[in-house]
Amino acid sequence: MTLVAAGLIVVLLAGITIRLAIESAGTWARFGLGFLGGTTWDVVNGVYGALPFVAGTVESSLLALIIAVPLSLLTAIFLAELAPRWLSVPLTFLVELLAAIPSVVVGLWGVFVLSPFLRDTVEKWLVGALGFIPIFSGPAFGIGLFSASVVLAIMIVPTIVSVSREVIVAVPGAQREAMLALGATRWETTRRAVLPYARSGIVGAVILGLGRALGETMAVTMVIGNKDIVPTRVFDQAQTIASKIATTFNEAQVGIQTQSLIALGLVLLAITLALNVIARLLVRQVAGDGGGLASGG
Amino acid sequence: MSQGIPSSLVAGRPAAALLVRTRADRRRSLVNSAFQGVALLAAVACVVPLGALVTFVVMNGAGALNLDLLTRPTRALGLGGGAAAAILGSLQIVPIAAVIAAPIGVLAALYTVEFSGRRTATLIRFAADVMVGIPSILIGIFAFALFVLPFHQFNALAGSLALAIIMVPVVMRTTEESLRLVPGSLREASLALGVPMWRTALSVVLRTGLSGVAAGLMLAVARAAGETAPLIFTAFGNQLINVGGLGKPMDALPLFIFVNARQPYEAQNSQAWGAALLLLLFVLAVNVIVRGRAGRRNSR
Repeated sequence: MTLVAAGLIVVLLAGITIRLAIESAGTWARFGLGFLGGTTWDVVNGVYGALPFVAGTVESSLLALIIAVPLSLLTAIFLAELAPRWLSVPLTFLVELLAAIPSVVVGLWGVFVLSPFLRDTVEKWLVGALGFIPIFSGPAFGIGLFSASVVLAIMIVPTIVSVSREVIVAVPGAQREAMLALGATRWETTRRAVLPYARSGIVGAVILGLGRALGETMAVTMVIGNKDIVPTRVFDQAQTIASKIATTFNEAQVGIQTQSLIALGLVLLAITLALNVIARLLVRQVAGDGGGLASGG
Repeated sequence: MSQGIPSSLVAGRPAAALLVRTRADRRRSLVNSAFQGVALLAAVACVVPLGALVTFVVMNGAGALNLDLLTRPTRALGLGGGAAAAILGSLQIVPIAAVIAAPIGVLAALYTVEFSGRRTATLIRFAADVMVGIPSILIGIFAFALFVLPFHQFNALAGSLALAIIMVPVVMRTTEESLRLVPGSLREASLALGVPMWRTALSVVLRTGLSGVAAGLMLAVARAAGETAPLIFTAFGNQLINVGGLGKPMDALPLFIFVNARQPYEAQNSQAWGAALLLLLFVLAVNVIVRGRAGRRNSR
């Protein structure tokens, strides 16, 4: 009986993949791999292409990584190496609490508080200072790719922090002690003795964060603007795979339109599965079997 | 590596050199201080969004979270109304999901910890970890294909099943962690008394680890209660109060927040804030209580 339950997990994993493949077969049969490169999503004429959504997903997630990675790594180092226990324990707790907040609540806050704030401050400043570079040119409305990326960054920080903190804590104390005994400073110890040792685990943590960003749905749906274009500026209103599915699946005609949405889902599944497998293997190398749950959802 | 070692320590230099602070040493100490300062700032910056979010949800939601919101059904704009349909919906969809997911997750954990070989356990654990990483909206599509399409009807049970699929790997991993803390001597004592393996697993190992299992389950419930994406194409949402109609569409708090946040009218947005506060209070309370306890147990 326990075997059945455990087997069910493997069966579900396979079942989800197979089911999405079956349900989207019509789209793959009609458009083939050209579906991935197609830029039109025209319901009336029945032409479907995935590029705007793939681009929106990849761009928003990469931008989120650019914001979240330096912040998260410094925080993880602070919590694991520098902070005294009375500070690191509550801070770790607060960062992990951030991961527990429902995505739809983050989205609500993102729409009504964060994106107007960004529009009037950071985005205004970016357009003013860097507007001569095409990707930073205005106008910036608040709602759009940039706000979505900031929201995503906030949501993946806990993942990257808690996994890389675990990995850094797992570095043997002797590594540090040897370096400190040579007279090295904290910074030199961290940079030359701790981080190289933890490197593959940290890369894993970042990939887990990326995986979460790619699939994050509600918060992004609410702030990205839901426009089916291939975004070329960071302030463009755009659409990710997940937000496209969330906003149009229920109204879609059963048939090629639904199949194409599920085909988008299959693309997302393939990317996130691949990233998760790679990330888990990397983290496992350093932190062992334990570092399992931190990825949240 | 070598350029990281302070020049004063290179072999051959007199010991007195250790006491002299060269310019390079001052620079090193400056870099070190800057590093510690920036790291502290980063840690603070990671907590700021949490503070800002909670503050705004409380500020905007406190006014809307009243008896009307808790008790009145959804009404058309201008007629007031509340989130009763959504609250009652969540109170059905989520517990049903937990009842489905808990035994599966716990049994799976018992299998990997107590019965299986190491390689099988690693494989299943790996599958569970990868499954945690699947975007929840895809689980929603899966549940739609399996439990909605064949019946041509959005239904609450499909929503529960979608949430259950999300909860199973989470429950399994937390259960495993708490079962692994059960000392081997307890198992051996039980087996030595001639108790069969399955009874040892249930009445000794699971019994001992029960509080940890319950904690993990509560965290999974808190997470499922906030999930929106898997419910959109399954439970779908419903303006009418639906109690017991598992074969029919049903509203849920996250759906209510999502729908009302997208309306152009302030009255509806305000209801979304009120519902968000309610959901946030629940999720934070569960997390603080459960994790606070676990923290105390670990530090002892």
